Amino acid sequence: MMTAFWLLVGRDLRLKLRHGGDSAMVLAFFVLGVALFPLGVGPETNILIRIGPGVIWVTALLASMLALDQLFRADYEDGNLELLVLGPLPLEAVVGAKALAHWLVAGFPLVVLAPLLALMLGIDAGAYPVLILAMALGTPVLTLIGAIGAALALGARQGGVLIALLVLPLYIPVLIFGVGAVDAAIDGLAVRPHLLILGGLFLFALVIGPWASAAALRQSLT
Amino acid sequence: MTMFSGHDLTCIRGERLVFTGLSFAVDAGTVLFLTGPNGSGKSSLLRLMAGLLQWAEGDISWDGRSVDGDREAHRARLRFLGHDDAVKPALCVADDLTFWAGWHGAAGSDAALAAAGRFGLDGLWRTPCRFLSAGQRRRLALARLTTAPAPLWLLDEPAVGLDQPSVTALEAALADHCAGGGRAVVATHQALSAPQSAELRLDGDGAGDGPPS
Repeated sequence: MMTAFWLLVGRDLRLKLRHGGDSAMVLAFFVLGVALFPLGVGPETNILIRIGPGVIWVTALLASMLALDQLFRADYEDGNLELLVLGPLPLEAVVGAKALAHWLVAGFPLVVLAPLLALMLGIDAGAYPVLILAMALGTPVLTLIGAIGAALALGARQGGVLIALLVLPLYIPVLIFGVGAVDAAIDGLAVRPHLLILGGLFLFALVIGPWASAAALRQSLT
Repeated sequence: MTMFSGHDLTCIRGERLVFTGLSFAVDAGTVLFLTGPNGSGKSSLLRLMAGLLQWAEGDISWDGRSVDGDREAHRARLRFLGHDDAVKPALCVADDLTFWAGWHGAAGSDAALAAAGRFGLDGLWRTPCRFLSAGQRRRLALARLTTAPAPLWLLDEPAVGLDQPSVTALEAALADHCAGGGRAVVATHQALSAPQSAELRLDGDGAGDGPPS
């Protein structure tokens, strides 16, 4: 069963890397979105440092939503989803494998890019480890919660917009504690509580995400 | 001898009654052909058998036990071929067949290569699927069936778009499958030959109530 899981992860990665479009779009949106803020609010360092963590997180939230629509839609439309549902892997694990491949392509690069953008906003380098850690805990939550939205929106015509409306409110806890952790690191306060809550959110999403997405997928296939 | 059977099945899709009081039985080594006009419920019946749809009444059983009891075991013994070929344009024939072979538990690429050869795809082994014609895609979807053995094949219009040599290859694959003790249920408009076959005709009573699904 584990081999089937990793086979599916490998296949999805290969598909995403050969297409390339989705993840490139996510990353470009992330970089461009953050880069617009210094132009919009002016180059004053104090303001940029103050809003920097929030800007990075909000843009990451929006960017990670861009590719969600494709998480199940292509497989749904070309008939692959039916075959995957009938395979040896429980549907929850299928969702997990697809979410993992999606995160590796569209979530992990956000984690890597975040310090670069923080540098651009003038955030102190001492806060980077916390930023990376918070992003590493937070972005999988975005993918896992987003998977629920993507699965629910499969039958809908305006899927992308619907996903945004379904999923953005659920991203709020990640936003609050993600920004909180980085702010605390900048101000020299304790970051541990924020990171622990992010870790808790991750575990929660790890349980709820695949389970709820699988239920939604079953619904959309009948 | 194990028996795959259903009795008194009722299928409702949306608000529409597709069929009711339908029974079937397939022995090992037999192909059950589903025939009938468009919209008579052939595809719906196949989806019921696969567990993609839930029946409203009746039961489907394998070896005397309802397949509802152990969905996982039922999934493991069936191979499903739907309307869609489920071919990914970005993957090549080798990627596709190797993935599905491994997915069904056949290790290595030997099984995949043999399956490709069976349907004349070995010459296209490294060809990205976006360059395949409709018939070649169908052959690829059929080749997946033979990558790893399974006792039950559920095929929905397998011969659509196939040329004569490919139809012969499909019939040979069905014959081999049956010779190995497998069984198949095949919805088809086209006459296919099988060593041992039965026919279930769906007359499409429910079909007049709405557009065919």
